[in-house]
Amino acid sequence: MNKTCRIVNLQEEYSQLFQESLAHLEDGAPSKMNALRTKAFEVFNEKGIPSNKVEAYKYTNLQPYFKGTLDIALTNEAAFNDTVTQFNCDVPELDTHNVFLVNGWYSHQNDVSGLPKGVIVGSLRDMAAQHPDIFDKYYGETAPADEDPMAAMNTAFAQGGAFVYIPKGVVVDKPIQLVNIMNGDSDRLVFQRNLVVVEENAQVKMMMCDHTISPQKFVINNLTEVFANENSVFDVYNVQNQHNLTTQVSGIYVHQKKHSNILTNNLTLHSGITRNNVAVTMDDEQCESHVYGLYLSDKNQHVDNFTFIDHAKPHCQSFELFKGVLDDSASGAFTGKVLVQPDAQQTNAYQSNNNLLLTENAKINSKPQLEIYADDVKCSHGATVGQLDDEAMFYLRARGINEDEGRILLMFAFAYEVIEKIRVEPLKENIRQLVEKRFRGEFDKCDSCVVCGQQGTSVSCL
Amino acid sequence: MAEDQDKILEEVTGGEYKYGFYTDIEMEEFPKGLNEDIIRLISAKKNEPEFMLEFRLKAFRHWLTMKQPDWAHLNIPPIDFQDIIYYAVPKKKPELESMDEVDPELKATFDKLGIPLDEQKVLAGVAVDAVIDSVSVKTTFKETLAEKGIIFCSISEAIQEYPDLIKKYLGSVVPHQDNYFGALNAAVFSDGSFVYIPKGVRCPMELSTYFRINAINTGQFERTLIVADDDSYVSYLEGCTAPQRDENQLHAAIVEIVAMERAEVKYSTVQNWYPGDKEGKGGIYNFVTKRAICKGDYSKVMWTQVETGSAITWKYPSCVLQGDHSVGEFYSVAVTNNYQQADTGTKMIHLGKNTRSLIVSKGVSAGKSQNSYRGLVKVSKKAENARNFSQCDSLLLGDKCGAHTFPYLEIANNSAKVEHEATTSKIGEDQIFYCNQRGLSTEDAVGLIVNGYVKEVINQLPMEFAVEAQKLLQISLEGSVG
Repeated sequence: MNKTCRIVNLQEEYSQLFQESLAHLEDGAPSKMNALRTKAFEVFNEKGIPSNKVEAYKYTNLQPYFKGTLDIALTNEAAFNDTVTQFNCDVPELDTHNVFLVNGWYSHQNDVSGLPKGVIVGSLRDMAAQHPDIFDKYYGETAPADEDPMAAMNTAFAQGGAFVYIPKGVVVDKPIQLVNIMNGDSDRLVFQRNLVVVEENAQVKMMMCDHTISPQKFVINNLTEVFANENSVFDVYNVQNQHNLTTQVSGIYVHQKKHSNILTNNLTLHSGITRNNVAVTMDDEQCESHVYGLYLSDKNQHVDNFTFIDHAKPHCQSFELFKGVLDDSASGAFTGKVLVQPDAQQTNAYQSNNNLLLTENAKINSKPQLEIYADDVKCSHGATVGQLDDEAMFYLRARGINEDEGRILLMFAFAYEVIEKIRVEPLKENIRQLVEKRFRGEFDKCDSCVVCGQQGTSVSCL
Repeated sequence: MAEDQDKILEEVTGGEYKYGFYTDIEMEEFPKGLNEDIIRLISAKKNEPEFMLEFRLKAFRHWLTMKQPDWAHLNIPPIDFQDIIYYAVPKKKPELESMDEVDPELKATFDKLGIPLDEQKVLAGVAVDAVIDSVSVKTTFKETLAEKGIIFCSISEAIQEYPDLIKKYLGSVVPHQDNYFGALNAAVFSDGSFVYIPKGVRCPMELSTYFRINAINTGQFERTLIVADDDSYVSYLEGCTAPQRDENQLHAAIVEIVAMERAEVKYSTVQNWYPGDKEGKGGIYNFVTKRAICKGDYSKVMWTQVETGSAITWKYPSCVLQGDHSVGEFYSVAVTNNYQQADTGTKMIHLGKNTRSLIVSKGVSAGKSQNSYRGLVKVSKKAENARNFSQCDSLLLGDKCGAHTFPYLEIANNSAKVEHEATTSKIGEDQIFYCNQRGLSTEDAVGLIVNGYVKEVINQLPMEFAVEAQKLLQISLEGSVG
């Protein structure tokens, strides 16, 4: 079932939308999800869609993008489920456990029979009903629905999404790939809520690939909660390939236990307005976290990466690296907050943000922050904004490489630092190729794009 | 070893404020509180021209519409602005011809502070415009400066004597609507210094002013204006200590600097106001707006600050780099101890072409203090080839203190090169061990390491000031280490 809402004044209409949809939202949803819903809505209603007057959203005013006439799917729509079969992945040679989500809903066509024993992958609603013990223990425990308005909004409207559970000691052989497809015949407001639980000594690598395949406007608020228990290893690679009319607010909230090792990597290759919230809480000793991101923007795209690393306990390490290349009139923002709590001694935290501005209209705002309340720590952060090195360029040109090729080579070398952090070999190779194509303009000004008007054969608009 | 070290750090950081005393000088005071009448009274008392009263009232009316900012990483107890005396002046205002005429009590105060307002200082070539509670009491070397056409006087005097210059430049860098405390200052400022360096003149001596806060409940609202005309040079020193007090005192000063073509201004501060006692009781609130504008091409402004005092510091000396090829530099050492809080840094706003800025900030936190660096580097769209480098380091001495960095980089031009680096670490045990091995006691080693750590900034201070700065560092941090 679809509901159409016309949003002009944000607050009132979202409030109305919530009141009117509440029965549908609650219908068939797990009880804990419903229990958090109203409280979260109150927080959202109080704070509203953030404008740039809110310090955390200083460089991304979301308000204009959450307006308009938008359809929200209150039930899983069968009509768009067949897009799953049309879709071909941009990372074709990668062998993964493939799972599709359409407009935030878990597709019923998914076949997850090849998964190792005990691993649960399924729709968040269904699995919550089947495994209430897991769901009730973890759902809503790490998403800051009481602070962040967008997390609150997601918690209020949450319905579908994926549920991934890796039991004790299981090492999943192949990456689990969640393909998020946005498809529709009208402008859409999409909510997606995922829950990932990695039990003790388990290991899993995940990919989340976001694609818009129809030219409508999409306003997306997705949120993934991740629980990495003792000695677990968790990777998530979020490959964002959206068209220019997309507004995406994506949250990944990770909660770590002893000796766990996590990695998140947001690869924003193409987008409209993207806001990535990544928060990692190291709630036990000896945790290690890697938080990476690469954003390649052009036209009027905007990418804002907002990260928060919470060193709550001693002896943890965090590594953070975000790199961006901004072309045309693109704008970018980076906020990296590292908090070392009192008594979180022996903390090592490293953070770096590097940006390349290619044109005079490109813009970047960078805000690395350290907040440290313990003394036996090693923390550093660095941020740079610049252009390609003239001397390196001269070196290449002196060796017969023309300027365009030299530029691509240098930009690629710049971006590769993030790519090489990918811990899945085939994915690394594929991302390498994607990024190189992106720099060569083969993806960007694509002739097969459904949005730019030149209808081609492929529905994938990069 | 670690325990020893902690003990020593405790000793080091437990030093009492040496300069806590109170001088009994007769004060002329206004009633407490703030309203338009008080402002009219201040203006009338100072016999100001009409435009100044308007300036004050405009600022006051704007201030009423503003809210006290809360974005800083500070915990500021509520301030009752009606519980402050906005004007205090020493009653015995002597007409001074020579040192003998200075109020002996005042002179004793200065001696206690170690301010050499005497022949030695004259030989050292420093003209001193000493300020005690808002009114200039003594100005030396005015005549020498006057020969070169340099104006160095109190701002009240400048308002009387050079109204054109004041009208042109006062509020031109920090307009009255700029910020909450800036607006308050514009409304009620009592006194301060004024410097004008004419075209092509190189000021032959370091100009300096000593600020002190005296008398209970007297908020100090200094206002300094420095104008350096084309091809001129001036180095200005500001240093302060304050008597020990139980009640919090508010200090909201403004410093404005205008540098015209090829002019160079060096502004150095050593701040050692009463930081409150070990329990965090008392201490000065230091909410200062300092801003320079590099108006002309090839102009240069350099801020150097050594911040050791005050219970709360909220201060961001900034440079607006408007002229092409202009340069802004900022060197800072901020030391916090016990319950002190500091949120300090700089803003470098690049507007002109080929502008450069450099930021070196060194924070040292001890005890239960909170020390934040907050800085903005903004490159506007038209600022071609802007260059910035920022280095912000924090050193932690103790496990109850906090060190924070909040840099903001806003870049809208692709030819800009902006770099920011920050590190936070504990004082190195291996370094202390190295010193111990070579026969230095741990306390000497800590002193040595801290001194080495801040040297980059101290080196930027004028010679005689550098010595004083090191002394102040010792008081606020090293105590027994020395």
